[in-house]
Amino acid sequence: MSKTEQEQVILLGHGSGGTLTNQLIRTVFQEALHNPILDEMLDAALLDLGQGRVAFTTDSFVVDPIFFPGGDIGKLAVCGTVNDLAVSGAVPLYLSSAFIIEEGFPLADLRRIVASMQEAASAAGVRVVTGDTKVVGRGSADKIFINTTGIGVVPPGRSLSPRRMQPEDIVLVSGTLGDHGLTILAQREGLSFNTPVISDCTPLNRIASAIMEAGGDGVRCMRDPTRGGLATTLNELAGQGERGILVQETAIPLRREVVGACEMLGLDPLYLANEGKVIAVVAPGAAEPVLAAMRSLPEGQGAVAIGRVTESGRGLVLLETELGATRILNMLEGEPLPRIC
Amino acid sequence: MQPYRNRDYAHHLLERLQQEATRPVSVMEVCGTHTVAIARSGLRELLPKNIRLISGPGCPVCVTDDLDLDLVIALAKEPEITMATFGDMMRVPGTGSSLLEAKSLGADVKVVYSPTDAVALAVANPDRQVVFLAVGFETTIPTVAVAVEQAVQQGLRNFSIFSLHKLVPPVMEALLTDPEVRLDAFINPGHVCTILGTEPFRFIPEQYGKPCVVTGFEAVDIMEALLMILQQYNQGRPSVEIQYKRAVRPEGNTVARGYIDKYFTPVTACWRGIGEVPGSGLALREEFAHLDAHRRFPITVTPGKRLKNCSCGQVLKGLKLPYECALFGKACTPMKPVGPCMVSTEGSCAAYYRYGAQRVGGAV
Repeated sequence: MSKTEQEQVILLGHGSGGTLTNQLIRTVFQEALHNPILDEMLDAALLDLGQGRVAFTTDSFVVDPIFFPGGDIGKLAVCGTVNDLAVSGAVPLYLSSAFIIEEGFPLADLRRIVASMQEAASAAGVRVVTGDTKVVGRGSADKIFINTTGIGVVPPGRSLSPRRMQPEDIVLVSGTLGDHGLTILAQREGLSFNTPVISDCTPLNRIASAIMEAGGDGVRCMRDPTRGGLATTLNELAGQGERGILVQETAIPLRREVVGACEMLGLDPLYLANEGKVIAVVAPGAAEPVLAAMRSLPEGQGAVAIGRVTESGRGLVLLETELGATRILNMLEGEPLPRIC
Repeated sequence: MQPYRNRDYAHHLLERLQQEATRPVSVMEVCGTHTVAIARSGLRELLPKNIRLISGPGCPVCVTDDLDLDLVIALAKEPEITMATFGDMMRVPGTGSSLLEAKSLGADVKVVYSPTDAVALAVANPDRQVVFLAVGFETTIPTVAVAVEQAVQQGLRNFSIFSLHKLVPPVMEALLTDPEVRLDAFINPGHVCTILGTEPFRFIPEQYGKPCVVTGFEAVDIMEALLMILQQYNQGRPSVEIQYKRAVRPEGNTVARGYIDKYFTPVTACWRGIGEVPGSGLALREEFAHLDAHRRFPITVTPGKRLKNCSCGQVLKGLKLPYECALFGKACTPMKPVGPCMVSTEGSCAAYYRYGAQRVGGAV
């Protein structure tokens, strides 16, 4: 059954954010490139550069379709990198942007994407200061790919890490989950139901700084639950913080349309991607002021507490179900594939 | 349903179950959707100790035989073929690889959400031979029959199906005729019974004396069904009852069954982990042979080696626990599954693997 090194191929699952991705990161990238900063495996690398610290992160965007309800690949490329900086506690400042474009790609579409990037960048208060463009032959890339790299500054004294999580800390989310993932899936597959759901793609730096202001040192860590969804992100937090997390199923905010479509497709909304939601783990005393601060912003209107950190069950995420039973909430395995049964 | 009202009703049902469960009873949920509902709701841990739930053959995807899949994968690699499949077939392994791997190596494999989408694919791509990988139980088969009818009416020359359909009553009979099997009752698949009704299951109480309840897919549906099962069991009056009355009529859906009969005829089929079961598969009838990918594209592959020692058959019959299988956690894991209990994300082996794996820090 096992294959020799030469026979192995890169599968889609290697890029899905779940177990295979982790494996690939560990055994290929981290193996070759390891250094103390990369090995932290945070959403952004934190660099000590004199005053305060510089946050530095990169992300590539290959979303298909490139235009979708609520956004497009350009907006996503800005928000994705801004959000990785913001949830690391940094104030995002500058972005680089590199394009790989397929020969024959319409100029009008490119303009539309770049304009959307500018709009998102100005909403987030960041500047795209450098870039690169490559064009490849037809068939060598799927329309357009974008890489963005971002730099931000972490104010002195601020330090966010899952390792700071303490038992009884509260887990907060800023709103409904799975909207982006379902929107993309519905578009991609031309699903015959007309889902009114739109992507939540939005910059999170404003809400992230509101959380920091309201919660101060009581904010332990933040994450944006992108690929792999809430379930995978909570597993990463539990693993890196060496704590358990207990989530109340009935507290998780989900749109009725998302739940309905997921039932039809055999998907679990807790594994669907989000592009405009933040998870914050805060000290019990900080929960109320942080929730109030989140809810005062449009992107945090639906903020709620969904669970707490526990001493027991290190590295495990448990879900207390509607019936009052508990079960393990696993990481995403491979790619999320719709079930027929 | 209001979550807390649901919770109160559930607790009321649990008390009733506690009263009725006076002796050990092993109940099989035949359908994978029930297995998922049980796992997601955490129902197993709330039930009285005397009730043992055993996950059955599961979903039609999980029970697709590895040698059958080898043929499908070989066919998908042919340059003129577009293989259209339900998404969850992508990861199911043959003896060597999966459709997902074949796709990453260049095979043209497309995920569709209904069989008629595959017909549309054939119409839109007249230069491609579109083969629909027809996997499903009685619930899905009528929709495949409709797709076949569309292809016949439109005279499509570039559409065919690779039928790996499976029928539920014959495999339940196969499980019951095994002298080793220790099952006392069945939670019958609600969706399948919307088509079949109750008649095809009457042999279970009449010949084998086991209670059967056609069940819906909410956790409280399953609890209600268990209560009905225990009452039948305790009162010694086995029968086929319907808990899922909002969807299932005793006579089923005669129109849908008519469609199945018009296009298909029963054949022996091989079930992963269980083996050959006579009359448990369906092939296209002779007059539609031109739409049958088996006959249209005679593919031969060197038969792969089935991994020996897969214990799914015994796990399915409640004779073994997952970790008692020699392959468990070694040759067979959720990322590289061998048997149906590991293929299904909520199958018994996958559930045991995850629980065990996480308890020892990811190393199994």
